[in-house]
Amino acid sequence: MSDVQDYASSLGDAAGSRKYETFSYLPALSVESTRAQIQYIVDKGWNPGIEHTEPENAISNYWYMWKLPMFGETDVDAILAEIENCHKAHPKNHVRLLGFDNFAQSAGTAMVVHRGVSV
Amino acid sequence: MAKTYSAGVKEYRETYWMPEYTPLDTDLLACFKITPQEGVPREEVAAAVAAESSTGTWTTVWTDLLTDLDHYKGRAYAIEDVPGDDTCFYAFVAYPIDLFEEGSVVNVLTSLVGNVFGFKALRALRLEDIRFPIAYVMTCNGPPQGIQVERDLLNKYGRPLLGCTIKPKLGLSAKNYGRACYEGLRGGLDFTKDDENVNSQPFMRWRHRFDFVMEAIHKAEAETGERKGHYLNVTAPTSDEMMKRAEYAKEIGAPIIMHDYLTGGLSANTQLAQWCQDNGMLLHIHRAMHAVLDRNPHHGIHFRVLTKVLRLSGGDHLHSGTVVGKLEGDRDATLGWIDIMRDSYIKEDRSRGIFFDQDWGAMPGVIPVASGGIHVWHMPALVNIFGDDSCLQFGGGTLGHPWGNAAGAAANRVAVEACVEARNAGVEIEKEGKDVLTKAAKSSPELKIAMETWKEIKFEFDTVDKIDAAHK
Repeated sequence: MSDVQDYASSLGDAAGSRKYETFSYLPALSVESTRAQIQYIVDKGWNPGIEHTEPENAISNYWYMWKLPMFGETDVDAILAEIENCHKAHPKNHVRLLGFDNFAQSAGTAMVVHRGVSV
Repeated sequence: MAKTYSAGVKEYRETYWMPEYTPLDTDLLACFKITPQEGVPREEVAAAVAAESSTGTWTTVWTDLLTDLDHYKGRAYAIEDVPGDDTCFYAFVAYPIDLFEEGSVVNVLTSLVGNVFGFKALRALRLEDIRFPIAYVMTCNGPPQGIQVERDLLNKYGRPLLGCTIKPKLGLSAKNYGRACYEGLRGGLDFTKDDENVNSQPFMRWRHRFDFVMEAIHKAEAETGERKGHYLNVTAPTSDEMMKRAEYAKEIGAPIIMHDYLTGGLSANTQLAQWCQDNGMLLHIHRAMHAVLDRNPHHGIHFRVLTKVLRLSGGDHLHSGTVVGKLEGDRDATLGWIDIMRDSYIKEDRSRGIFFDQDWGAMPGVIPVASGGIHVWHMPALVNIFGDDSCLQFGGGTLGHPWGNAAGAAANRVAVEACVEARNAGVEIEKEGKDVLTKAAKSSPELKIAMETWKEIKFEFDTVDKIDAAHK
């Protein structure tokens, strides 16, 4: 059994165990990786949007909207700058980037781009 | 002038072969692959199929004259060669919409694949495709929730869903079974699944299974902060019993239940799907018995027809084959029926075996489920073939991990996310799959060991049922 590795995850360890959907099982996205994902959303023709929450309330459907979805915005730098503005205003919160697909009437994708501080 | 009655046997083609007929937008169209007995002319066989699947019988009867048979009859309107196969041909038949009860795929199949399949003038018969007119589609209830609603209910966007069928298929106690589910869910799966033949046997009655599995879901949700589900199989000996199990699943807060639509039957399936829609439940559909019907290239019902039938009867997930795993499935044909499950309008495309345009209007789509003999090395191909609106299910590929289910689940979750991230960033993941996975494994020991465990396993047998194409 010495070869078998334990899967460390528990109710008591929020910082180590709580996930937040797409890409939360990968290392945090670098700025370059985030840019690539923003470009993907833009190329899909989706509307970028930013939301944030305290990590302990992440299970809620409704995170706090950061301003409004950026309808028609295709400038990757402008979108990245808004993500940073949200992060600066709420440094302890999860910040997620969404791509709203208005034809499917659903998010096409959603990913946490700044990981909050779990308590 | 009124017709007169003359008893006796007429050739079918006098009444049912109508090459000049232009199908109406409201007609239900069918393409049959017919292998006739030797010496019987194609037009006569095609007409016989049209007759026997609609109004006709073997002899003239006086009651034919009490109705407008020319309105109600099925019409064989075209014949085509089958590329690469001289033993058979395609026959196209148009049926007027009022031959069929509204909202009843049961009624449609009883006509189209009824007595006609045992007809002596045929050596073999296969229903290749049906065009359901939008007027008929609108009478059916369809999938209970649909793809977007499922994503919203489960808060999962921008990636395929991840599942696992609990093994061994049979024999676990309810409490041990719940343990296997819990381990998979806490490791990062979205769903675990009852195997199809898990119903309510003496070793594990349904109610105990439901209770233990719900505890597993609740704990894994609290632990990971993500929403989870388990396909509670409510397939049962009677539809009353099925509904009893479904009601209990709802009572304990299960988000999704499961049914076997072919062995359980289409009446039961349609009933359950409508109930799911009324009660906000998702419905996962298994397809036991399908290969009995769809695998022989000359006889039976093609899976693309069974796919359309399920979308009309109702289900939110349907097993589609994997292309790359242990079970049969031609790649182009699979891509064809995946489109049929998900898209709102599918164009005729013979390279994918699609014989008709199919308009689904506003009917929601079904999520294709890839399951059967797949593991982490298949992930890049699966993400490429199936895209985000799919559910990838690794049974042995989760539970067979050397460190257990949680590690196996985590390995698959890391792999799927790595493939999606790379794809979004413009990487050709099927070509660069090894690099994508190897890079991801650097931060995931679970993935690394999974890759070492399964690197040699492949399933490279040729497909039995291929798309009909001339031999090269």
